[in-house]
Amino acid sequence: MSVLTDELRQKILAYVPRYPSKQAVTLPALHIVQDALRCVPLEAIREIADLLDLSPAEVHDTMSFYGIFRDKEHPLGKKRLWVCRSLACGLRGGDELLDTVCKKLKVHPGGTSDDGKITVEFAECIGACEGAPAVLIDDEARLNLTPDKVDALLEELRR
Amino acid sequence: MAEFEPVLLRRIAKKASPWLEAYRADGGYRALQKALDEMSPGQVVDAVKASGLRGRGGAGFPTGLKWTFLPKDHPGPIYMCINADESEPCTFNNRILMEEDPHQVLEGIILSCYATRAATAYLYLRYEYGRGYRVLQQAIDELYNNNLLGRNILGKDFHLDIFLHRGAGAYICGEETGLIESLEGKRAWPRIKPPFPAVEGAFRKPTVVNNIETVACVTHIIDRGVEWFKSMGVPPDPKNPRDAGSYGPKLYCISGHVNNPCCVELPMGITLRDLVDKHGGGVWKGRKAKGAIPGGISMGIMTEAEFDTPLDFAGPGKVGCLGLGTAAVTVFDEETSIVDVLHNICRFFSHESCGQCTPCREGTGWMLKIAERLRRGQGRLEDLKILEEVGDKIGIMPGTTICGLADGAGWPVKNAIRKFRPEFEQYIRSAEKSSLLELVGGH
Repeated sequence: MSVLTDELRQKILAYVPRYPSKQAVTLPALHIVQDALRCVPLEAIREIADLLDLSPAEVHDTMSFYGIFRDKEHPLGKKRLWVCRSLACGLRGGDELLDTVCKKLKVHPGGTSDDGKITVEFAECIGACEGAPAVLIDDEARLNLTPDKVDALLEELRR
Repeated sequence: MAEFEPVLLRRIAKKASPWLEAYRADGGYRALQKALDEMSPGQVVDAVKASGLRGRGGAGFPTGLKWTFLPKDHPGPIYMCINADESEPCTFNNRILMEEDPHQVLEGIILSCYATRAATAYLYLRYEYGRGYRVLQQAIDELYNNNLLGRNILGKDFHLDIFLHRGAGAYICGEETGLIESLEGKRAWPRIKPPFPAVEGAFRKPTVVNNIETVACVTHIIDRGVEWFKSMGVPPDPKNPRDAGSYGPKLYCISGHVNNPCCVELPMGITLRDLVDKHGGGVWKGRKAKGAIPGGISMGIMTEAEFDTPLDFAGPGKVGCLGLGTAAVTVFDEETSIVDVLHNICRFFSHESCGQCTPCREGTGWMLKIAERLRRGQGRLEDLKILEEVGDKIGIMPGTTICGLADGAGWPVKNAIRKFRPEFEQYIRSAEKSSLLELVGGH
């Protein structure tokens, strides 16, 4: 029984003609799998390797380099909330915002709330500095996230 | 001086529609039509060379010259990689261009590919720019549907595919050979150069790596001409034979402790002070500035007394900074502790060092540990010397690392200590005497 559905396999294979090497599909494949499963289990790594004519070790090597991918033991919640802590946000309350969010959800950065709905992460500069402090919700930026907006945001993400 | 009319941000300022029909109605793809009708690829290269356009991504390398490093009469394929991994802290100008006016960027990419004879372009986009990804993909689909991408573009013997390739949250992918490794599906460990990408790049083929703002400038150089581009900015310093000048418009980002954080387009060479006062709305809360980073954190730090420095390619270097970088200015006010600024910067580089070269991996890690100790009030005066020493010894300039990440990690640390030494010393001394916890300020 494979972890990757036929649909996921087709999605991955659709990237192959774009590149002169199958290995170049590694990042797209990892994104496709994680978007669907909220993590990249070892079985999926083996199956991606099989699709791309690679060793599972090569796929794992790439996956483990990038901070974005999660293994099966640390799956993402339904939403991923990145709180920016780099300089432009840090000067306007980014660290305090991260603290506040973590306390409200009773997690450490990287952790997921008990109801499985929100994973909190610290982010290095997300390029939304004109709206510091800023956060990313999955991959969409939300600007000017002052402390008074935190409760409403978490409420929205829990829905 | 007449009021400067933005060009790169022109449509964005008007909140014009980002879609193809509106872009074309506004003169879009006129430059491409002109190039395909009237110019050979070599003539496009010559125009960009003559314009003096220098790369906007940080290093400021002359774009036309970079293109001429491609081997002549290469049978192909030649690849174009567009570096949209904009991850330098405090920088967001590429994001705005991609999200708000994608066709301006895409026209520049198509022109650049025509000039370099690349038939495939990979736009490497940082994962965090999800909105940019979706906007660009929609714009690319429009181009395929309108014979502006694919086979025989506009009926000519010119073929091009553009593919978006999403990153996965690593700063090092903005280094051009790290980007190439990442594109190939590997960890983004920069390559030893030479060979440079122009000779052996993506998939071991000749490759050009250009920044988003750079290719957007190419569109306007072809459309408005070389003289227009050279009519603004700062000509080369006649006393410095290595200065290639700083021509053209530039997108400046302003953030941090200012009233109006924004991205603004100006002729190259505005001073940091004018940028903050006239465009950033001045320092917030009626305070004074203590300092600023001039072009992303890796370019170092300017003190308030250095704010009259012009932000062109040569300016920041004159006050001990590394360079213009991304021209992203972040101001910190007089109430900000320089120790906090140092700590924030060290934390970033320690997190983002790719780990390939030991001096960088260990150096950034130890700089962070020392910065944390200082901040906790347990610093020693000799720590300042250690920080400076590490800052001096890691990087491509001293010759201990493969890429420039470590130079950028060391520079703000050296600048901070050399330019704000009395504050560091006072912080350390007063921490020795008084209650330590109070000084940490609850962080």
